Amino acid sequence: MRWVLDHAGELLDTTWEHLGLALIPVLVGLLISVPLGWAAHRWRAARAILVPASSLLYTIPSLALFVLMPLLLGTRILDPLNVQAALTIYTVALLVRSVADALDAVPGETIAAATAVGYGAVRRFFAVELPLSLPVLIAGVRVAAVSNISLVSVGAIIGVGGLGFYLTHGSQLSPPNYAEIVAGLVLIVVLALVVDALLVVLGRWLTPWTRARGRVVTA
Amino acid sequence: MIEFQAVTKTYPDGTVAVDRLDLTIEDGRITVFVGPSGCGKTTSLRMINRMIDPTSGTIRLNGADVRESAPAKLRRGIGYVIQHAGLFPHRTVIDNVATVPVLNGTGRRAARARAAELLELVGLPAGLAKRYPAQLSGGQQQRVGVARALAADPPVLLMDEPFSAVDPIVRDDLQQQLLRLQSELGKTIVFVTHDIDEAIKLGDKVAVLRVGGTLAQYDTPSALLAKPADEFVASFVGRDRGYRALGFLAAKGIELAPVAKVPLGTEVGAARGRLEGGWAIVVDERDRPAGWVSADLLSSLDSSAKLEATDLISGGSLYQVDAEAGGTAGTLRNALDAALSSPSQLGIAVDADGAVVGGISADTVLAALGAARESGEVPV
Repeated sequence: MRWVLDHAGELLDTTWEHLGLALIPVLVGLLISVPLGWAAHRWRAARAILVPASSLLYTIPSLALFVLMPLLLGTRILDPLNVQAALTIYTVALLVRSVADALDAVPGETIAAATAVGYGAVRRFFAVELPLSLPVLIAGVRVAAVSNISLVSVGAIIGVGGLGFYLTHGSQLSPPNYAEIVAGLVLIVVLALVVDALLVVLGRWLTPWTRARGRVVTA
Repeated sequence: MIEFQAVTKTYPDGTVAVDRLDLTIEDGRITVFVGPSGCGKTTSLRMINRMIDPTSGTIRLNGADVRESAPAKLRRGIGYVIQHAGLFPHRTVIDNVATVPVLNGTGRRAARARAAELLELVGLPAGLAKRYPAQLSGGQQQRVGVARALAADPPVLLMDEPFSAVDPIVRDDLQQQLLRLQSELGKTIVFVTHDIDEAIKLGDKVAVLRVGGTLAQYDTPSALLAKPADEFVASFVGRDRGYRALGFLAAKGIELAPVAKVPLGTEVGAARGRLEGGWAIVVDERDRPAGWVSADLLSSLDSSAKLEATDLISGGSLYQVDAEAGGTAGTLRNALDAALSSPSQLGIAVDADGAVVGGISADTVLAALGAARESGEVPV
């Protein structure tokens, strides 16, 4: 506990850093996944390629991907971009399928109605299909966010790991500093829980109609 | 005016949905496409607003080929009502109705004001405006669907089996409302249904289509009932068509018979002396029918008792003289049904306020039908 109090400021800074490493890739990955997922939803052939390919990407061990990034991107070995780029790939791997499934779940008759009242394809996508896909999509984003928060710590091995630093550093000491390891671990778990909870709240705020279901008014 | 000129739709798998359809849809009228599934009625409807493009042939809207217009723009000028209403589940009722004005560039505020007017027009309470579609009953959703289609005040309204997913009582209600709206708005409505009764009730003109997408008959409902073009139309029009045809003949000019009336609260003894043919109709303080009394019934009651509503024999359907348009009120069918359903065999005729104005017998109705036949009013 002493150790935690002595390092409170540093722990807080690292938590913010961890958050940035985990969530910026979620955002970027989401922006990439929407057009890819749309393509997978729209064309059978695109789906046949994109969905298995993204599943395959997710099976690459994270450490390998982190180490490969400087080679692929030409970045320095300690650049946080290495971790963020790798996590963006994992996010895309998770979300392409989510986006495709989410768009599949939009009722065909609602889309037909939107077309019939005079929506062009682009406007219809943003005004009708995307909002209606949010419930399924947000579930996917929650998985990606929590997964990224956990994966960031692996980056500690290549020197960019946010709170993961305390796990590797604490265990390399002799004797191991259990206070440090536990503090890092607890913060990662708490961070994941808080972010997940915030995404649930955000999702509820964005989809008020889903809670209106079932309360039929006979006025 | 909407014109189908040799319109054919063939799908890639070879199915012919619509086969050389020639049809002219009049302005300001309700035209119904009816037929069994696979007759191409919905395909035909959807070719008007280019949800589907024909394989060959031309559809003209007010003289112009619809394929010369950009689809999205064309569709904003044509109201569309779909089965299950097709409302946007993520938008409130008011925003659903405001959709097309917003698409046309009307400000959100003005569009909502217009939407609120339309909700009132279709008979929905303003309190529902902020609700989501899932919070409404099927009938309410369908009304919102109609309001949305009317929001940009399009001259043409396409309705694709709009009432087929609601229960019969609600459907009847929605049909009456559509006829009422149409008498105010005078839109050019194209209505698709598989229900011949709905077609006959709503249509000014009915196009009966057969499987394979050919036109079997295009006529007024009464002509369809009286003179089906062939065996297919006759069987599709179905049972009781002679009786149903009476629903298109106004009963104007039928002479009403006098009917014995006794007010509620009359002493039983006094009522006994006022029966005609063993029956009398009992009326309330505003002359509206409450039920019948017969000689048998009165003999079972104490002479000094007063007639109460609970003593009476319930009456049949009422024949409405000078009824407003819509439904079968005021027709020979209405008159005949009143006579047949009355316990005294004398139907009760009422005025617009529901007050008893006379009686009508089945013989009178049949005589009137005979006269109408002779004068050529009934196509034979």
